[in-house]
Amino acid sequence: MREFAYARAADESGALAELDGGATFLAGGTNLVDLMKLGVETPARLIDIRRLPGSIDETDGGGLRIGASVPNSVVAAEPRVRERYPFVAQALLSGASGQLRNLATTGGNLLQRTRCVYFMDVTKPCNKREPGSGCPAREGEHANLAILGWSEACVATHPSDFAVPLAALEAQVHVQGANGARVVALTDLHRLPEDDPSRDTVLEPGELVTAVELPPLAFARRSGYRKVRERASFSFAVVSVAAALDLDGGTVREARLALGGVAHKPWRCRAAEDALRGAPATAESFVRAADAELAAARPLRDNGHKVPIARNAITTLLLELAERP
Amino acid sequence: MSRHGITLNVNGVEHALELDTRTTLLDLLRERLGLTGSKKGCDHGQCGACTVLVDGMRVNSCLALAVSHDGAGVTTIEGLADNGDLHALQRSFIEHDAFQCGYCTPGQICSAAGMLDEVERGWPSHVTGDLTAPVALDDDEIRERMSGNICRCGAYINIVPAIRAAAE
Amino acid sequence: MSATLDRTVGAGLDRVEGREKVAGEAKYAYEYDVDGVAYALGVASTVARGEVRGLNADEVLQLPGVLAVLWHGNAPKLHEVESPELKLFQSPRVAYRNQWVAAVVADTFEAAQEAERALRIDYAVEEHHVVLREDDPGLYTPPKVNPGFPSDTHEGDFDTAFAAAPVSVDRTYRTPTEHNNPMEPHATLAVWDGDGGLTLYDSNQGVGPVRETVAKAFGLDPSKVRVVAPHVGGGFGSKGEPRLNVVLAVMAAQAVGRPTKLAVTRQQMFSVTGYRTPTIQRLQLGAERDGTLTAIAHDVIEQSSTLEEFAEQTAVVTRMLYAAPNRRTTHLLTQLDVPTPSWMRAPGECPGSFALESAMDELARELDLDPIELRIRNEPELDPESGNRFSSRNVVACLREGAERFGWRAAPRRDGRVLVGSGVAVSTYPARRMASEAIARAEPDGSFVVRIAAADIGTGSRTALTQIAADTLEVAPERVTLEIGDTRFPPAMIAGGSMGLASWGSAVVKACKQLHARLGDGVPPDGLECSAGTEDEIEAHQREPLARHAFGAQFVEVRVDVDTGEVRISRATGVFACGRIINPKTARSQFLGGMTMGISMALLEESRVDEQFGDYANHDLAGYHVAVNADIPAIDIAWIDEDDPHLNPMGTKGIGEIGIVGTAAAVANAVFDATGVRVRDLPITPAKLVEGLIPISAQR
Repeated sequence: MREFAYARAADESGALAELDGGATFLAGGTNLVDLMKLGVETPARLIDIRRLPGSIDETDGGGLRIGASVPNSVVAAEPRVRERYPFVAQALLSGASGQLRNLATTGGNLLQRTRCVYFMDVTKPCNKREPGSGCPAREGEHANLAILGWSEACVATHPSDFAVPLAALEAQVHVQGANGARVVALTDLHRLPEDDPSRDTVLEPGELVTAVELPPLAFARRSGYRKVRERASFSFAVVSVAAALDLDGGTVREARLALGGVAHKPWRCRAAEDALRGAPATAESFVRAADAELAAARPLRDNGHKVPIARNAITTLLLELAERP
Repeated sequence: MSRHGITLNVNGVEHALELDTRTTLLDLLRERLGLTGSKKGCDHGQCGACTVLVDGMRVNSCLALAVSHDGAGVTTIEGLADNGDLHALQRSFIEHDAFQCGYCTPGQICSAAGMLDEVERGWPSHVTGDLTAPVALDDDEIRERMSGNICRCGAYINIVPAIRAAAE
Repeated sequence: MSATLDRTVGAGLDRVEGREKVAGEAKYAYEYDVDGVAYALGVASTVARGEVRGLNADEVLQLPGVLAVLWHGNAPKLHEVESPELKLFQSPRVAYRNQWVAAVVADTFEAAQEAERALRIDYAVEEHHVVLREDDPGLYTPPKVNPGFPSDTHEGDFDTAFAAAPVSVDRTYRTPTEHNNPMEPHATLAVWDGDGGLTLYDSNQGVGPVRETVAKAFGLDPSKVRVVAPHVGGGFGSKGEPRLNVVLAVMAAQAVGRPTKLAVTRQQMFSVTGYRTPTIQRLQLGAERDGTLTAIAHDVIEQSSTLEEFAEQTAVVTRMLYAAPNRRTTHLLTQLDVPTPSWMRAPGECPGSFALESAMDELARELDLDPIELRIRNEPELDPESGNRFSSRNVVACLREGAERFGWRAAPRRDGRVLVGSGVAVSTYPARRMASEAIARAEPDGSFVVRIAAADIGTGSRTALTQIAADTLEVAPERVTLEIGDTRFPPAMIAGGSMGLASWGSAVVKACKQLHARLGDGVPPDGLECSAGTEDEIEAHQREPLARHAFGAQFVEVRVDVDTGEVRISRATGVFACGRIINPKTARSQFLGGMTMGISMALLEESRVDEQFGDYANHDLAGYHVAVNADIPAIDIAWIDEDDPHLNPMGTKGIGEIGIVGTAAAVANAVFDATGVRVRDLPITPAKLVEGLIPISAQR
């Protein structure tokens, strides 16, 4: 690890004031410290924001505002999250391990970086780490990488489970910068790689995530998260699905759907949602909706299996949600 | 080298330390404080052998920068025994033969201790069917909650009843 | 077999070092407290083939805390090194990606890590070949396969018999590269004393070979080298022979004039500590309509490095498992720009049985015959290729007992969106032993100490040996202390080949018997000691025309998600016949550990070759999946006691490896039973199943 200076921030404005050219925020460290050991991240200075005050508060209409420093395990265990947004709790609980969830924070989870093996290996080229050096994953090890939204410059996926139901919920990310505060929709937070995969998010240098707001959504009580993976636990998704269904008898009034493990960002399935709106809550509708979304899929040589798995996971999850009393 | 001063309470003993900021909690325990009970299996949070309790929470000490935990109370495997009397989990692991080579064992036991507290607090897991109902600790729950501790010797089948027995 | 072995032996004693392990008091190699220790790190090459032309040593030496940079440009010449893999820094050649081509030594671990990152190495790069292919023009027949079997065997006329067989199976099976990945990475702490003597705290499966290798490499009198390893965090074959960490620790300590320690990083465990070769296996079975085999062929393609020849004995299992008059087994090897493969739990039997036991299942399907019945019909009277008698063989008993315990065979069924099926496979592993020596000592206070340079890498051998010694001495085990893992103790076989307990126990029984005979005269104030070695009787034993093998049968039930192809094991049963069981508690753990690793092999493990860079793309524990707790359901273990007088004084067969043999085939057979999809290349992943299933989206 490169040597670094360390300072602990007492509050948000203090954290921002500490920032300079070579500084990076440290929260739980479960991704950053890993990357620093690998030499992928080499900050000259760490500003520790792990113990900034963070809480889970009510918002108008029954939503929740989650402080960025709240650990993943605490969010997952929070009764209001479990009751109102079960798929958020499920997504968190399916991720990592108990130990990692205790340190990882709300903000850190969203900002974690891809686990593409080339990104994580400084002895190999990677356009995300070193723009212009190439993307070995395009023809190399990519069985668990993107089928949607990728570019010739980068085929990486975003590894977060938590971000997937947040995308479905249209969560709002509160950001603080030197120039003031702004709110970014979760679905806008993460970028597609396009020509510049070096930037994972739309955050500017010097911006700090302060909270994530879950909008009130009554039908989010009928939600679920399905994570398909080779190992029964402690493993990233092959494909994951977050879904919430608003039913009117046997008809879908509205649906929220997002996929994980398929793209550089959590993939909000708007084409599928359009197809579901007003459709009968049957397997046939669900398959049709999945196909509408996956029509845009462009699998790589070795990850074609993600397409049928995604189709089937979407269908079975929606069926299971529809069958709940 | 960048250095920073912290205090840390480890197994009831206060330490005032000046450290290379790069020092992980794991290396601090093993290399500086002579507490080699916590193990380095992968150094990247992928195996759980380094699990200790920080302010009662189980964490991977290999990814915890020591400087970030100034003022924390740390319990390692060496601190679980009570004045020489083994902790219930330790006794249960011996009785159930819940270890073989022993290298993952301190991490398993500390993780189990933290995990049982999480259950006490009513925290659900990935296999908890009804998220709004109280949590019942059955074998599937133990397996899932302990999946952050890899055992290559394959002692899992004995680890589960060892933890269940200690929980009772 | 000794009549005295019937008291403590057979009891499920707690492990004698249990308290140390659960309390975190057991010390592993890296953990011994030595003043002034320096930290070394091996530096891995970033090319797979070529030469090191230079590096920026001067620049790195300027970094704070850095004490030395070692490479072929400045390393001392090693004296005598038998294994080319251990010729550390003796040549500029690079033979595989991530081979250690340099090392840094520093005051602190953090300084060493940063020095490693700052090192820039200049290479002359050559084209590399790292992928095992059936059509590799470089394939050749090696002179022998590990550890000394003939590469090829032929009986009768396979081609004619196979062509004439009314029913046949001709399939190719593949197993990937697999890495041992013990939880404790290889580590060594080297301490030179003032008199040219050397102490190594090392993580190994036997202290003897480490001492011998170091003495020869550094031109030392072996009596001046002490190797200490009372606790070892697993090995599974990778610590059977010394690795680069041993050589580097000694070299580095010499260079900086301070005790020096190093641990192989988890990522480096994928390149410098050995692995199981990938295999491509063609399995052909020809049979009569009643299932009697007339022809068996097992042809194997596998790899070694350009440095050393290691040929895994993959087809050897087929030489002894089933009767058939016309047989062929062959091994072809190619030398690639890869690390040298070596032992990984049950070398030979493990990958070979995946092919053989899958093929037998496919044949049973062709015949519409129960797979257990098929095996019973082909149970040999004598060892098929040597013609020798089996000292004891209870395959059929294991199959029958297992079938009953498991509830064989429920029809495959559907449980909601899950397909459920079951599978069976036979397990086997040779039962052998090698010479060892032991000292048994009686103290005047009534206690006893037994010393032998054996190893306990998690097997429970320390405990089993305590029981064996106690029974031979006719005392309670609490009065016996078993000391192992130190070259100060009489030399002994390594923990490997499932030969440990049989080898050590033989020497311990002999020494304890001699001591016991002299106890009647009383124990003098300075104690009473007897030493014994077993070289002569073992040599005679090995010349006997007997086939000595352990056997078992494994049953597995799987649940396959029809929509995603995810496979989970719901339950499993293993029944084994391994002579006499010394300690039922630790023996059960060994069988469980083996089967757990077998499940992991079936569903999860593969080191994926990156053709472009020459290494394994998934070289850490996040990318290389070993089974976690949630992957392993209830496994029922049972054994059939065998009274086999042809083994050793304890009547034991080794049990450390047999648990992994056959599991993967049982799983593949169960997946076929559930889904109708036959997966012939491991691991069995959703990607390989999902296309063959009929999911919700295809239903009307």
